[in-house]
Amino acid sequence: MRFEGLARLGRGVIGALERLGRAHLLLLAILGGTGEVLRRPRLLFDQIYNLGVLSLLIVGVSGLFVGMVLGLQGYYVLQQFGAEESLGIMVAASLVRELGPVVAALLVAGRAGSSLTAEIGLMKATEQLSGLEMMAVDPVRRILAPRFYGGVIAMPLLAAIFSAVGVLGGYFVGVGLLGVDEGAFWSQMQAKVDFQEDILNGVIKSLVFGIAVTWIALFQGYDTVPTSLGVSRSTTRSVVHAALLVLGLDFVLTALMFGD
Amino acid sequence: MSVESDRDVLVRIRGLHFRRGPRVIFDDLSLDILRGSVTAVMGPSGTGKTTLLKLITGQLRPDAGSIEVDGEDVLRLDKAGLYRLRRRMGMLFQSGALLTDLDVFENVAYPLREHTDLNESMLRKLVLLKLEAVGLRGARDLMPSQLSGGMARRVALARAIALDPMMILYDEPFTGQDPISLGMLVSLVRQLNDAAGMTSILVSHDVQETASIADYLYILSQGRIIAQGTREQIEGDDSEPVRQFMDGLPDGPVHFHYPASPLDEDLRSPGRRR
Amino acid sequence: MGKRHTIEAMVGAFVALGVVALFFLAMKVSNLSMISGEDGYQLTARFSNIGSLKVRAPVTMAGVRIGRVESVSFDKTTYEAVVGMRIDAAVDSIPDDTFANIFTSGLLGEQFIGLEPGGSPEFLRDGDAIANTQSALLLEQMIGQFLFKKAGESG
Repeated sequence: MRFEGLARLGRGVIGALERLGRAHLLLLAILGGTGEVLRRPRLLFDQIYNLGVLSLLIVGVSGLFVGMVLGLQGYYVLQQFGAEESLGIMVAASLVRELGPVVAALLVAGRAGSSLTAEIGLMKATEQLSGLEMMAVDPVRRILAPRFYGGVIAMPLLAAIFSAVGVLGGYFVGVGLLGVDEGAFWSQMQAKVDFQEDILNGVIKSLVFGIAVTWIALFQGYDTVPTSLGVSRSTTRSVVHAALLVLGLDFVLTALMFGD
Repeated sequence: MSVESDRDVLVRIRGLHFRRGPRVIFDDLSLDILRGSVTAVMGPSGTGKTTLLKLITGQLRPDAGSIEVDGEDVLRLDKAGLYRLRRRMGMLFQSGALLTDLDVFENVAYPLREHTDLNESMLRKLVLLKLEAVGLRGARDLMPSQLSGGMARRVALARAIALDPMMILYDEPFTGQDPISLGMLVSLVRQLNDAAGMTSILVSHDVQETASIADYLYILSQGRIIAQGTREQIEGDDSEPVRQFMDGLPDGPVHFHYPASPLDEDLRSPGRRR
Repeated sequence: MGKRHTIEAMVGAFVALGVVALFFLAMKVSNLSMISGEDGYQLTARFSNIGSLKVRAPVTMAGVRIGRVESVSFDKTTYEAVVGMRIDAAVDSIPDDTFANIFTSGLLGEQFIGLEPGGSPEFLRDGDAIANTQSALLLEQMIGQFLFKKAGESG
């Protein structure tokens, strides 16, 4: 009894390590299904549709509003220094470097990640996964791998769309409503936003986030306790873990990319 | 028994130990399942009947013991070997386990599409034949959500036999069925077994239905086989646990009450805070 | 199958949209390319110092934008900066003795080119050079000169 607290801590740590191990084994198994995905691109198309096309609306609309808010807020701050021409840089740099990849990843985790987890979790709870195994079909290759690649492919595209729509939103507010010079808006942006430094790094970030979000969603579904409560908990965990991991990874990646 | 030659034994289990956490599910279990027979494994709920099926199909691994199916050691098989073996087995899950976003036709076609290169017209014929065998050819366009429990199980059965397996495993096929679909399922199991020369393993706690079609019965209790034999042999068995299970007596060696401290003591104690 | 086809078309459209967005970010937002080839005509001007004038900065006359900076290059023989400007086609009456200044909008704002018209009856045409220029006022230099003068007065 004296060591109950300590033992609980130990159990928690061991359990977390076990889950981490299982998650990595699952990732390996999914990567082992790459050939299957390439052989049957239809499975992949379906998942790009599910994860990408169906997330397009929320990502596009969010991008537009985030860009417009950046335009407004940026204008009022920059105006105080008489530097409202720099609005373009501010909007574009913050979108391309940070907000595009991060917010798109958070939205995808909420919109698509949760549905992935629930789908896989329910398939497990209703024995569909066992059923596939008994039909000698590997559910990891047949069900999980296409979803993984679908998410990894869709994420950078969604992030790019988010950023592009956001820049247009910022342009609309800054140039259209607040009267910032159009040339200055674009010229400053182009002068300061570097293709490799900013755009490519943003794409790399969103690729990493895509892997993280889809991996977590699939693992949470696959590792779920096969009951209604279990699936609901896994779905929540999927979103929470994905959001935390995206933000944590963002810090690490930012430090690595823009740190020096 | 054990006068059967090796050729006649399809599944051979020896010295099987399996535990889940601290609970011992199987304690030195050995059994044989003969080719072409309908073998029933019965026992009260929670005796690990489903676990036994998962062990035979290699979905779970035992702590000790050996499991041989058609001369192959299931425990030694790698993933590819296991999948090759499973193509020759069908399994009917308690829930049916149909793929919910495919219709009935596609569910039955699924294993054929995955494992064969049949052209579309061949595939269609095969699927319709299998559906005809379970009497659901007319339901081919329905989605699983539109099926009753009994129909879903019959579709799952059609899917399980799609690849003409050598063996089919039934997990509680009769649970929760109305009398009509129950009768249909019972006769289907027997018919399929005899018509296609398959071997059937039936896991169930529905005594009467199961006993009526099984060639050989095993009764499990607390991780061990407490009785085995043909239907007549089991019915002639006078031992207390067998009679309790077969006749459905509420109390006996298996207690109605889950183990607990005496009631008055329990009521007086302050209880556990939750 | 119809549904199959729709999904494939939607996926195709989605991927295309994503690529267009990336292309937009690369070409329009970043410095990957400086899109040229707008209509209007080109003028050049030489400055001894352009400060931090950027490509695509505005070119104004009487405070109204009439064109933008198209290129900035360095002439290694004269040590001067050569600025290429594209002027809107409608503004076709800029006298050839016009004065080009580099101004700063606000204290810390962006630099731009301001044109002050002269009185010549001859107008500048495509490819012409503006002869009269005044370089950018550099804040550091101004402060330096101011301090120097102050020091001279008090000393």
